[in-house]
Amino acid sequence: MQKALGYRDFDWLLLGMVMLLCILSVFEIYSATMHTKYVGFHIKQMYWIGGGLVLMFLLARVDYHRLLDFAYWAYGVCLLSLVAVRLVGTRVMGARRWVRIGPVHFQPSEWVKLVLIVLMAHYFANLGCRRLTWPDIFKAIALVGLPMLLVVAQPDLGTALTYSPILLIGLFLGGIHWRQALLLGTVALVVVVGAWSSGKVVKPYQKARLTSFLNPDADPRGTGYHLRQSLIAVGSGGIWGQGAEKGTQTQGDFLPIPHADFIFAAFSEEHGFVGAFLVLLLYFAILMRLIQNAQTAADISGSLLVMGVVAVLTFQIMVNIGMVIGFMPVTGIPLPLMSYGGSSVLFTFLALGVVMNVRMRRFVN
Amino acid sequence: MTTERVNREEKLPTLKLTLMQYGILLLMLVLVAGLWRLQVLGADSWKVLAEQNRIRKVPILAPRGKLFDREGRLLVDNYPSVSCFLVREQGKSIDTDLPLIARGLDLDLDQLRATLRRYRGSAAYQPIPIKQDITPDEQAFIAAHRNELPELETIDEERRLYPPDGFASHVIGYVGEVSEEMLDDPRYAYYEPGDVVGRAGIEQSYDEILRGQDGSMDVIVDSHGREVGREGIQPAVSGHDLKLTMDIDIQRAAEEALGTANGAIVAMDPRTGEVLALVSHPNFDPNAFAVRIGRAEWSSLITDSNHPLMNKAIQDQLAPGSTFKVIMSVAGLQQGIAQNLKVNCAGGGNFYGHFFHCDHHHGLLSIHEAIPESCDTYFYQLASMLGIDTIAKYAHELGIGVKTGIDLPNEMAGVMPSTEWKMKTYHEKWYAGEVISVGIGQGAVAVTPIQLLRALSGVASDGHMVRPHLVDADQVPADFEKALLDTYPGSGTTEVPLNPDTWMTITDGMAGTTQPGLYHTAEGAHLEGIDFAGKTGTAQVVGGGDTHNRGGAKTPNAWFVGMAPRRNPEIAVVVLQEHGDWGSGSAKLAAQVITAYVNKQRREEHNLATVPGKPAATGQQAANASASGSRMEMAAVWSRPGSSEPGGRVGRRYAGTNRHATDADTALPQLATGRFEIALNHPADPIRSVLPAKVLRQGQSAAAATRAEAR
Repeated sequence: MQKALGYRDFDWLLLGMVMLLCILSVFEIYSATMHTKYVGFHIKQMYWIGGGLVLMFLLARVDYHRLLDFAYWAYGVCLLSLVAVRLVGTRVMGARRWVRIGPVHFQPSEWVKLVLIVLMAHYFANLGCRRLTWPDIFKAIALVGLPMLLVVAQPDLGTALTYSPILLIGLFLGGIHWRQALLLGTVALVVVVGAWSSGKVVKPYQKARLTSFLNPDADPRGTGYHLRQSLIAVGSGGIWGQGAEKGTQTQGDFLPIPHADFIFAAFSEEHGFVGAFLVLLLYFAILMRLIQNAQTAADISGSLLVMGVVAVLTFQIMVNIGMVIGFMPVTGIPLPLMSYGGSSVLFTFLALGVVMNVRMRRFVN
Repeated sequence: MTTERVNREEKLPTLKLTLMQYGILLLMLVLVAGLWRLQVLGADSWKVLAEQNRIRKVPILAPRGKLFDREGRLLVDNYPSVSCFLVREQGKSIDTDLPLIARGLDLDLDQLRATLRRYRGSAAYQPIPIKQDITPDEQAFIAAHRNELPELETIDEERRLYPPDGFASHVIGYVGEVSEEMLDDPRYAYYEPGDVVGRAGIEQSYDEILRGQDGSMDVIVDSHGREVGREGIQPAVSGHDLKLTMDIDIQRAAEEALGTANGAIVAMDPRTGEVLALVSHPNFDPNAFAVRIGRAEWSSLITDSNHPLMNKAIQDQLAPGSTFKVIMSVAGLQQGIAQNLKVNCAGGGNFYGHFFHCDHHHGLLSIHEAIPESCDTYFYQLASMLGIDTIAKYAHELGIGVKTGIDLPNEMAGVMPSTEWKMKTYHEKWYAGEVISVGIGQGAVAVTPIQLLRALSGVASDGHMVRPHLVDADQVPADFEKALLDTYPGSGTTEVPLNPDTWMTITDGMAGTTQPGLYHTAEGAHLEGIDFAGKTGTAQVVGGGDTHNRGGAKTPNAWFVGMAPRRNPEIAVVVLQEHGDWGSGSAKLAAQVITAYVNKQRREEHNLATVPGKPAATGQQAANASASGSRMEMAAVWSRPGSSEPGGRVGRRYAGTNRHATDADTALPQLATGRFEIALNHPADPIRSVLPAKVLRQGQSAAAATRAEAR
């Protein structure tokens, strides 16, 4: 177990596809920020990617079984850090999401994702993935639900929602019976509808943001503004796009945060349907490769780890691109590997590090 | 911990993972379908929206043509101005911004709110004008708050600058926003809501010439409305300048002559119909219209009982009084009756069973005395002999009851009664006795000052009738002139055949009016050395009777139509003073205008000739001729040189050709040639605007500099 593993077993194909996306990301961030106060962010993004790569290689060296053993400890630290954010966090645009340690600001809610992936893998692997009892299910819901509530209270509904696919994939792969799933789904629906209509849990501005995608033209200057600008950007890209650095929506500062949450809209405007399709194809290939890694994993916990990563990435890709093209509400969830942002980049690379870790050890034992 | 590793050897069911793969594939396909819908199927419409997003079509407003007087002196100018608009679509929190906007633009907050409320029903992208003609400070405020107040927009335009104090306001008219009714009229098809259009005077009648063609440009903006570039610039085409027939000097003399009285003065060259001056008092300040007129100002203008917006020179329809006796004389002489008619005036006479008064006991008189003395009894007799339809025939020929066709909007036609007219209007028979009051220009007769001027000066010109106009036809394209004549139809230029006897008798009679003599009605307006002829009128008003209580609403209207010289006059002047009492007073005002004209003519080089007996000056000599004293006046307007002064002229002779000579002898205050230095002693009534003075003080360069900074 302690023998040094060669990087020959590293998933170089996966890394190649990931790096391709990162390069597209850096170019698009350059193009989208060249006339804004964010000019130069593409350089920063390159540092984050570099840092992410280092973390990925380091994480890949540590046997993932060790990670699983530390799952509960890490979970405890996560809860503490989320409480710390409540108490000492920096308030940015009305929400406490950031903690400052020395010169570095970070968003604990991003790390919680990773820890939850490991925790769920650990939890369901131990249950053997055969038949789940109701107490098993409730325990899993409680484990994910606690940090989720803390993040919702920040308030950061979008990030909180990204925890749910980790739970769902765990339940699905962990062996939930379809009757249990049906019952659970019905209860969840009732709870969500109740929370929605009570008006206390979901704030009115959140409601407005969540529903404006259904009719962005109703209030083009208000909550529908971002969505409308995004649709104009994507739509005016046409088949071939307006060309790099030539998107009028992106360059004219109409598109909100074109280097972060709406980077896919900026990319689609400048590179058209062809460019956007190729990016989607790349994401699809990456996800398929990840699932293949899950299949070839040495044991069930390895598979669960990889599938947790698949679930989070799939969820983020779907929600982000769905938002950009008007299928989903505006939630502020970044597009993995493309959106600018240190926390997001580092999380993604750490998550990939876990996948590499599992892959490198597929022939072990 | 050991139990936890039990299951590590097992694997996940492959089925579930395959299911995941298909699930992801399905989701991806949904995203691809969404992209296909937006980028391939809907690309064109989104591209249009993207263009609209970043391109604002901004009009470049064409400056209107300037107006000059007949000598090329500037009468109406433009000045660059910046207006501020509020576009609700561009703002995010308009209501909370309002106090800041009100403070920065020096507006009343409640009024600003009220303005916005009025536009509540209209589309959010429609610009709401909130302040016109903003100062450089206010422009700087808007520029500095581009980010906080993206809803504020400014637009550059050239705005009208009219002479102060309502000078010539009824000639010039004013511009204003195009009205709903005008937009429905095919003649105004060029305009769109919010455009500025000539609403009165020359501004209206020559609008098509003056307006020019607006240009446009596409301003490329970012999401904050900041301009990042311009393209597709179509420059505006300025309107054509117009030279009026009006003479600022004569106009000023007429304005000053009329003073604060209600009424009108028109001076015209009867040889051509060129209007030299046209005054209607009270007047208004057109500058108040150039910046959107306030509601209070507007209502004060339209409810004022003196009707400042009414151009009395062409719209006031009043009984002509004794001035109508000239038309009576034409009818009488042309019919061969008046030549031999002698009437004994005993302070009136009995006609159709009623006694009709005359002002004096004139005794026995013929037509030669009846005109200068304005004997009513004589014309009662003449009227009863001619009958209404004969009088009406001649009156119609001379344009009474018909529009003159002057190139100003809304001219009125007046009324010339006849049996046919009465049947048509009242469905009643004409009573023969009614003709008696028509004989002295009372009864149903109603004329406008311009109409009366054309008629009487036409008679003095041997029946050469003209169409009064303010712009010569050579100033405008032929098809526009034709359309103009269709729009403002009237009697136009005609020849009314007169017997030589008729012409001589009437012109001599009118010349007698201003000559000293018993009962001569305008002897007080006698001008020494000027062949000044005319006819007074003192027209009773309805319900007024014979009362001459000065100032009241029952006081008669005072008329005078004067001309110089008596035959083929160069200038004819009509004066109407509403409730001005005696026509003899109006004659003095006409004399002032005629004097101004004559004094001006005396300074014209071509009115100087070589003194007979001396060798004719040629070449270089001619240039020095006046200085050497070998030239003298030869104009015909002053017919009896040598009667009162050595040199025979009123005032001193003006040497040289400098018509703006600041000679201390001239009775006219001198007109400075600077921009809008035209100033009168009396203010425009009833509103005044401080705008032009303010704008001039701030200076064009300062405003232009600030605009450049703001960009």
